[in-house]
Amino acid sequence: MTDTAKRRLLKFSTLSAITASLALVGCGKKEEPAPAPAPAAPATEAAPAPKPEPLKIAFAYIGPVGDGGWTYAHDNARKALEQEFGDKIVTSYVENVPEAADAERVIRDMVDQGNKLIFGTTFGYMEQMVKVAADHPEVKFEHATGYKQSENLRTYDSRTYEGAYMAGVIAGGMTKTNTLGVVGSVPIPEVLRNLNSFTLGAQSVNPKIKTKVVWVNAWFDTAKETEAAQSLINQGADVLFQNTDSSAVLQTAGKNNKYAFGWDSDMTAYSPEAHLASAVINWVPYYTKSVQEALDGSWKGGGHVWLGVKDGAIDLVSISEKVPAELKEKAEQAKAGLKDGSLVIWKGPIFNQAGKKVVEDGVAADDDFLRGIDFYVKGVEGKLPGGN
Amino acid sequence: MESLALLLAATLNAGTVLAIAGLGLLINERSGIVNLGAEGIMLVAAIAGFATAVHTGSDLLAFVGGAASGALLAAAFGLLVIWLNTNQYATGLALALFGVGFSAFVGLPYTQATLGQRANFALPWLSDLPFVGVALFRHHPMVYFAMLLAAAIAWFLYRTRGGLVLRAVGESPESAHALGYPVRRIRLAAVCTGGALCGLAGAYLSVVYSPLWMEGMVAGKGWIALALTTFSTWRPARVLLGAYLFGGVTMLQFHLQGQGVAVASQLLSMLPYLATILVLVLISSNANFIKVNMPASIGKPFHPGA
Repeated sequence: MTDTAKRRLLKFSTLSAITASLALVGCGKKEEPAPAPAPAAPATEAAPAPKPEPLKIAFAYIGPVGDGGWTYAHDNARKALEQEFGDKIVTSYVENVPEAADAERVIRDMVDQGNKLIFGTTFGYMEQMVKVAADHPEVKFEHATGYKQSENLRTYDSRTYEGAYMAGVIAGGMTKTNTLGVVGSVPIPEVLRNLNSFTLGAQSVNPKIKTKVVWVNAWFDTAKETEAAQSLINQGADVLFQNTDSSAVLQTAGKNNKYAFGWDSDMTAYSPEAHLASAVINWVPYYTKSVQEALDGSWKGGGHVWLGVKDGAIDLVSISEKVPAELKEKAEQAKAGLKDGSLVIWKGPIFNQAGKKVVEDGVAADDDFLRGIDFYVKGVEGKLPGGN
Repeated sequence: MESLALLLAATLNAGTVLAIAGLGLLINERSGIVNLGAEGIMLVAAIAGFATAVHTGSDLLAFVGGAASGALLAAAFGLLVIWLNTNQYATGLALALFGVGFSAFVGLPYTQATLGQRANFALPWLSDLPFVGVALFRHHPMVYFAMLLAAAIAWFLYRTRGGLVLRAVGESPESAHALGYPVRRIRLAAVCTGGALCGLAGAYLSVVYSPLWMEGMVAGKGWIALALTTFSTWRPARVLLGAYLFGGVTMLQFHLQGQGVAVASQLLSMLPYLATILVLVLISSNANFIKVNMPASIGKPFHPGA
């Protein structure tokens, strides 16, 4: 998805600037792949026991495992795999792998080290993974957020907009001014899908909802996020939501005695007073399934999965005690509905900002439609930059 | 009216970081030294201040820590350019790049640290006044400090003997040297003061303004502060006004977006930088205008023996 692509690229450019500057002062941070932390003993001795060799699994990360967001979530899932499968698998990871030719070298190294299942967790590894996968048909490849597949390469992604919808349900019930504020990063389909879904969620409990949107044109600019949040509050928004990477919006809400949400990871600690809930991504179920398939031989390449609440990949967690029980119940109902399929967020009638029906009555929009959203739904105020 | 008052308040708040750093750089440049490392100094001070706040829980100590780390980095820069006569521009750029990498490196363990709920400030009685109460009297003490600082620096530069000496060093280090003033030590003191104020601005950013640490969080404010000194033709009051102008443009941009005014946000995002270039062109096109206040020896090395 372009969202993640841009974000990773952005992080890469910062990283490379840092690497360059570190090199400049001669105390360069080594970027060589970390040796597998797990003991690799069974590989050296001839195993007398009938026990099969453990499956070696490697992960390539765009950021450091301590980033508190994207990479952190992936690494948590890796740790969960070790818990789940014990000595049946050996996992390792390489962090800070830039989305460039370097990634191909790292992934080839992983193959050389005997890894049989390799996860690349950012959009920008796509071409590199396609190349390496073609050279090594015996190795299985999993690529997050990409769209190119082959015999031994498949792709997966998460439906973050479902988390946004559930957050919207709570926002719609908590607002006193009927005005919600969204701090957007860059107006691309994923972000528009998220903020529209947030608005639809809010309207499901409160039809009078208006959403104001402010774009900061950055994924990661704490001062701008702070200023944008302050500006929304000044204009009457009393519940904020962000599709940016830091906790600045939540903290600004806290400073102003307003409410906001955590995004991607549980952000309660940043401002317990203002925090209403956190929409999080959980990769554990998919990774567990993939490893299980690889172990029992049923793993098949090709294909793309887009994981949501139904798959346990998206959740709304740490709902604040300030949320009244009945509203919490509504959010739980939405979650249950998404889980059993009885609730479809993008089901008609859905109108765009101008009042034109974009999804016909009773029709559920398909994934292609969702991937191409380039409009505000009714209730979102302002003009979409570059939109029509 | 209410929304105008809030916009004004947010403007003052947004301009404060720029004002403090800009005023520091003004002292710095008045001595004849340009420190292009402001961005790096602010980043290092931001993490130093944030880490201090995390470990001690005291904002005051965090400001002291940020200012001290800024002064320390500036001192290293000063030793290089004042005693070893390295090129000021190249050394400053290296410092800026070093600061970006170094702060990201030492900041790694702090990316998930939190400072918890921040205190709200309001001046008693005054903050209850209509309009001005909201606009002017509900700020963090640092916002008022920036204003006082501008006044204090103006007074120092134009009303005290020390200010006269500093300006003399910046105008003609040879003359000041001939009169017996320790030019190098005065320059070092000015550079360290500038570094300390940049550091204070960085710490304010990470401890109060957006209370968290993210690598690269200064996001160009050091460069804007540098541009501000030129923009203001090295006058303290104008630095302050310029800082609020930049803060105001940023806030107005978000305000307009929220009001649904159809202006491309990308266009508005580049306005502060466009304004910098425009002013640079304007003052550079009139040599007399810029010369009135520009320290004559700026950027040039000084050899006392020669």
